[in-house]
Order: sequence, then structure tokens, then C-alpha cells
Amino acid sequence: MILQDNSKTGYLNLYFQVHQPRRLGQFSFFDIGTGRDYFDDGLNQVIMQRVAKNCYLPTNRLLLKFIRKYPDIRIAFSISGSALKQMEVFAPAALESFQLLAATGSVEFLSETYYHSLSSIFSKKEFQAQVKKHADQLKDLFGTSPSVFRNTELIYNDEINEAISDLGFTGVITDGIEKILGERSPNYLYQHSEQSTRIFLRNYRLSDDIAFRFMQKDWPEWPLTAAKYMTWVEAALKKDELITLGMDYETFGEHQKADTGIFSFLEALLSRLGKHKRIKMIGPSQAIAMLNPVDTLTVPNSISWADEKRDLSAWLGNDIQQDAFESLKKLERTVKSIDNPLLLNIWRWLQTSDHFYYMSTKTGNDGGVHSYFSPYASPYAAFMNYMNVMTDFSLQVEEMEKEQRETKKSFDFQQTGRPECIDKKWHPESLTF
Amino acid sequence: MKVLMFGWEFPPHISGGLGTACFGLTESLAKKDTQILFVIPKTDSETIEEGLQIRSASNVEIPINSILKHKLHHNPPYEEGEISEIVSNLRVIGIDANPAPYTTQHVLSDAVSLSSWNYQFPEKNITLSSDLDTAQTTEEATVRYQFSGGYGPNLLEEVERYGLAGAEIARQEKFDIIHAHDWLTYQAGIAAKKISGKPLVVHVHATEFDRAGINADAPIFKMEHEGMEAADKIIAVSEWTKNIIINNYSIPADKITVVHNGALPAKQNEDIQRPPIGKPIITFLGRITFQKGPEYFVDAAEKVLSKFPDVHFVMAGSGDLLPKIIERVARLRIASHFHFTGFLKGEKVDRLWSVTNIYVMPSVSEPFGISPLEAVQAGVPVIVSHQSGVAEVMEHIVKIDFWNVEALADAMCNILKYQSLSNTLRNKSKEEISGITWELAAKKINALYHDLTR
Repeated sequence: MILQDNSKTGYLNLYFQVHQPRRLGQFSFFDIGTGRDYFDDGLNQVIMQRVAKNCYLPTNRLLLKFIRKYPDIRIAFSISGSALKQMEVFAPAALESFQLLAATGSVEFLSETYYHSLSSIFSKKEFQAQVKKHADQLKDLFGTSPSVFRNTELIYNDEINEAISDLGFTGVITDGIEKILGERSPNYLYQHSEQSTRIFLRNYRLSDDIAFRFMQKDWPEWPLTAAKYMTWVEAALKKDELITLGMDYETFGEHQKADTGIFSFLEALLSRLGKHKRIKMIGPSQAIAMLNPVDTLTVPNSISWADEKRDLSAWLGNDIQQDAFESLKKLERTVKSIDNPLLLNIWRWLQTSDHFYYMSTKTGNDGGVHSYFSPYASPYAAFMNYMNVMTDFSLQVEEMEKEQRETKKSFDFQQTGRPECIDKKWHPESLTF
Repeated sequence: MKVLMFGWEFPPHISGGLGTACFGLTESLAKKDTQILFVIPKTDSETIEEGLQIRSASNVEIPINSILKHKLHHNPPYEEGEISEIVSNLRVIGIDANPAPYTTQHVLSDAVSLSSWNYQFPEKNITLSSDLDTAQTTEEATVRYQFSGGYGPNLLEEVERYGLAGAEIARQEKFDIIHAHDWLTYQAGIAAKKISGKPLVVHVHATEFDRAGINADAPIFKMEHEGMEAADKIIAVSEWTKNIIINNYSIPADKITVVHNGALPAKQNEDIQRPPIGKPIITFLGRITFQKGPEYFVDAAEKVLSKFPDVHFVMAGSGDLLPKIIERVARLRIASHFHFTGFLKGEKVDRLWSVTNIYVMPSVSEPFGISPLEAVQAGVPVIVSHQSGVAEVMEHIVKIDFWNVEALADAMCNILKYQSLSNTLRNKSKEEISGITWELAAKKINALYHDLTR
């Protein structure tokens, strides 16, 4: 029997997910073929600016202050390409505040797909292309290259691990649910049975205590103080090695407004963590360098952090979701056969998982979360709007494929390859994305 | 708990949702140890089942004296004190004066009934009559009114007479509480409350504002208002209706309780004769009146036809807007795709559902809307307007604003185009409807009865 070692160091990896989808505009069946733009970038601008004001700017300011005060603080960010692009266009000040954080050296940026898409479950090639596009964006904006991957909504399976290992990533984050762990603790690094990629498991209980339950007044632990929360973290790390906490960054100031006390909680938590004797904050790459995996983890079926079922049912749980997803998927070959980067880009924007999330017909707690995020009155409205866009897009794709075929046939060497009318159909603002 | 309940419709004498609602509610209340005496204008068989007794107002012997008192009371310049004196002097003349114009036969032409606001065509050869029991002495003379029980041109007169019959029943019977369904029976409810001193609940299934918008009929509005004022508690069938009662009838919100309707369990009808059509069918089923928004259906149909030239549209129902709607359809040159069936009920409705791909209820103002529930039970995907009570209780139906013709057409096109959408709507709404029961409504209403009689 090994005696408890009180001087043992425990590690805490805290990552925040930043994401904003590029939402579609109202697109009726009768808009099909009219050349109307798909995206409601007016709405997207309003939302991006609101969330920047409520969350990104104040929380980044807070983090910067605490990082300066406590140099041991480590934070990781997973910011979708979709969010970064919209921030760049609609809220440049928010982007700059992330760049300031990047410059401290205490912040690590994680990899994900640019479009926050479901590509990982339908096309390895497409998935890897989107991961690379996001990595290029991180390099561009923050001057860093990510080494740890965190997929859309923590979707994970063995194949995804293999796909990102191919790309040279050394670690991946997913949710620490019983379904894959059994009796084992999420508070360690794990490993794929054949790949060396390390697997981080989010401690969902401790994460959701902050992300969801913090503001729930009927929660027996309400009100949650940093002191109380730290006793839970300390208790877990007495025995275990590494706690991974992961949550939407919008937890701070947007999902839970300032008047819930969430900012004071974060301040108190960071000052305790910043000077803690036995608990060290650690970035994911650093954790991989310092800690060893305790076991292998086999995940044949996709898991995620969404809904009570923690599988793909949040996006593909019903017929309308699957139908919409199929019609998106089946365009891959044709879209890629046409030499038109604009077209490919729009097809990718239509892959964002949120479009499918809005079509969920789940009820109860899950249904409540889905409808909180949805700009639509119902899953059916979301489906109809998406399918109208998809039908219009398919027609455009067909038309272009036909034109390309005819162009090739005509042996017209002066033909530039992209008919002028197409460029007019894709509105100039699409270019910025 | 014994309830004296007044209603205008009860199966088999139904023409709209009111009768279905009264049936669903009383059946569930009776299961909860509540005894109901239900008075309807006319029925062929006065039944007594466990907990539920049906009485026909047509069989009530109303003393001439009380009719005269009522008449004089409602005809100034007579004051209360003078009335009994006048009654003793004039009662014989009164008998003659009262029912005379209505004992003649009225044969209602279609033209007349189309121009009246109606739920259905009144049957032809209906007589409004009263049987005077001449065998009795004049002091004890009574009269029995023969009600048509429909919604014909003599409706206001029938409503008044039903009130008298209701008052007489209140004198004869013992009960703890009075419950009156819609304005047609409010006068009976008010009279019963005056006579018995028991609390009155009025149940608002529809208001004149739903039916007629700003062109509300003044006498009907007045009767509705009197009923709501006299009531101890008002039951509204939806939040939508509650808001109309607050805003248009100036009733304080705390006097109104919302009790959503339930859905009756679906009848299993295996051998429905499916009409051999084979084309997609979009159905409108309801009165063709301002309230139901038939013109939005037609305008959306035109748009749908521009994309799906094979679709056919069935409009089942009748009402004062029917001629205008037919004209509109013809003007748009889409008449070959439109089928007007007139009022349907029973098995004919089941047959219509069996070939319907989409049911649409584009109501301008729908207090609840029972037919969408029936469509759901028949496995038909449903589109309703947000301006309806049913939109408050059902998630798995498509909801649009009634005026948004483009959104309506958009929804129709999508359901036609995507099997996954119609399947999901069909399956999920069927699941959902099992939770919308009359037991739930009866439970709330029982609680309300107990509150009022405590």
C-alpha cells in the first residue's frame, strides 16, 4: 500500500471554446434560382458584436490582467475559423484582444476545423483540408501552429484520431464520459491503441459546474464560490494527475450574464490557481511533454459532448437532419470537380454543425439547449430554410458543371474557365469569408 | 360535485369543434366523479349515463308567466314592480304575441344560409315552433319551444328561448356549479346563477372577435361581455383567447384560467375507401369565413402550383366567403386544381385525410383548433398559423403567420419535396398528441370547480 504523498503536484488544463456560426438568412422556396445571398451577415454582425461586448472583450481583459499578475496561469483556446473570420470582419477589437493574449506566451491555441463542421465523420480528405485551413489561419493571426486538436463539439472516434495523427498532431481532446472510460478516471492522459497521439478527457462534471450549473439557483451547491470549487479540484487531484476543464467561452458574460457573478467567480478562481502550491495550470502541449498516458482508449463509435446521449444525435438524430446532411455530402465530388474556390467555400460554410443542430426535434433539457442557440422558431423552419439554400446551391453546382463540361468540349482556348455570370451570383461579401 | 352545464352542440348534433370539445370534456369530467347535467337545444334521445345526463331544451315546459316576465323585463319602459301586475293582466295576449311569427315554416334557401354567418348549412325544412299546452289552465299554461339547434337566421331568438329553458331547468334541478359553453348559452348560465345563487363558469371556445374581427356583431359581443362579467371564473381555451378577452372585453387577467383542449383518442378506421386520386393533395378543412383565412390558402396555392403543377387543393367546408373564394380561384386560373366539397363530417372526413398530404389551417384568429389534432391523428403533416391556440401546445407542426403567404407556400413546397420532413412531422406530432388529453383539461377544470365551491 502506497501512502498518500501530500507534496504531489496536480495539473489543471483549462480550455475555452470560442465559436460563432455563420448563420443563414431567410431563404424561401421562391428564392431558389433568384441569386439571393445565403447568409445573413447583418445578423451575424449584430451577434458577433454583442458577444464581443458581453464576453470576448471583458473576459480577455480579465485574463490578461491575471496572466500579468500570475505568470503561472495557462489557458488554451479553441477558436473556430468561423468565429475568427467573423471577428476579423465584424469585431476587430475582439480579435486584437486575443492577439494580446497570444503575445503573453501563456496561451495556447488549439486546432479544429475552420468551418466548425461535421467533416470528420464523412470525408477524411475534406476534414484534413479544413483542419489545415484553420492552422493556416492561426499562423496568420497569432503566429503559432497548433499541436493539439479539438474537434467540433468534441466529436471523437478512433478514425478521427488516426486522421489527425496523420497530420502530425500530438494530442486530441474529447469528452470524459463513462461510455468510453468505464470505471477509469478522466483525470489522466490516455492513448490510442496504435497511435502515439495523447487523448485529453474533459472532466465534464467539474466543467459543467461552471458552464451550466453556476447560475442555476435550484442547484444544491448554489451559490458556487471559488473556494468551494477549489476543494473539489483539490480532492480530485489528491489522487489523480490532470484535470481538463473545457467550456464555451461564452459561459462568461453571454450564456451567464455579468449579474450572475460569473466574472467575480473567474477572478477568484484564477487568483487561487495562480498561486496554488500543489496545483499547476498547464497547457496541453506542455502536458504531453511532461505526463505519460496511463492506458489506451478504444472508441469505435463516435462520441461528443452534446446532449444527454453524448453521441451524434444532436446533429443527425432524426430524418430531417440526416436528409439535409446527405444532400450536403453527395455534392462533394461535383463541387470538387469544378474549379471554383468560391463555390467550394460556400459548400464548406454549409457544413457548419450548427445548421444541423437547429434541426433537432429533441425535447426536454436537450431541446431547451438546442432552441436557446437556434435563430429559428422550430427545427422545421431550420430544415426548410437550409434545404431551400441547399436546393439553390445544388442547382448552381449543376449549372456550373454543365458549363464546365461544355467549355471543355468547345476547345475554346480563350475561355477563362469561369463564366462571368457566376461571379455576379456570388455576392462580393462572400469573398471576404 | 354536480354541474349544470349548458352547451349548444353535443354529438351527434355537431357542426364544429364546440360539440367535440364538450364531448371530450364531459366524458373526462364524468370519470373524475363529477356529475354533469348537460342541456342542449335539441336531441332525439335524452340519455342518462354514469355521471352524464343529457337534457333537451326542446322538452322543457316553460311556464308562460316566466316568459312574459322575461319579455317585459327586457322591454322598457316597464319597471320591475309593474311587471307582475302586467303579467296577470296580459298573459293570454302574451301567448299570442310571443311565438306567432315563428310557428310558420321557414324553408331556408342556400342563398340565405350562405350570407348568414354559419358553421354549416342549416338543414332545410327546419321549423322553429313552440307547442302550447292548452290543456292546462292559463295560470299553469306552459310552452315548449322546438329548437333547431343549428346556427340559422333565427339564432338570436333561439338563444333567448334557450335562456328561458335553462332558467326553468335551474329551478327544477339541484347542482353545485354552473358551466356555460360559449355566448350561445351565457344567458341560460346567467339566469341559472340568479335563480340558484351558485357560481358560474363561462367557457370561451371562441369570441366574436375571432369570427368577425373588427366587424363584430354588436348583440353577440354584448352577450359575450355580459356572460364574462357575470361569471365567477372564465375558462379560455388558449393564451391567445385569454389575451383577446383581456384586451377586447376588458376582463382582468386573474379572472381567466387557460385550459387547453385535449385530443380525443383516434378512431381506428381500417377500411377507409381511398378516393383514387394519386396526386399530392393539400387540404383546407373548416368554415370558409373570415376567421379561417381561406384567401391565404388560395394565394399560397397559386405560388405552390408555379413550382408543383400536379398538386391539387381541397377546400372542405362552407361559409359566407365561399362565393368570393371560388371567384378568386377562377380569377387566378387555378380552378382545375381546386375542389370544393362543402361541409364534411364523419367518414367523409376520414376519407379526405386518407388522401391528404398536407393539412393547412391558416386561421386569422383561432381560439384553439381541433381539426389540426384530428389531421395529426390521421397521420397528416400539419401547418397552422401562429394565431391559434393549437400552436401553443404542439411543437411538431409547422407554424407560420397567417398573412405570410410566402412562408405558407414555402412550407407547403418543402413538405411536398422532402419525404424526410413530412415523415418527421407525421411521426413526431403523432407521438406528441398522446400527451394532449382531455384528462388533463378535466383535472384543471375540476380543481377550478373545487376552488369556486369551497
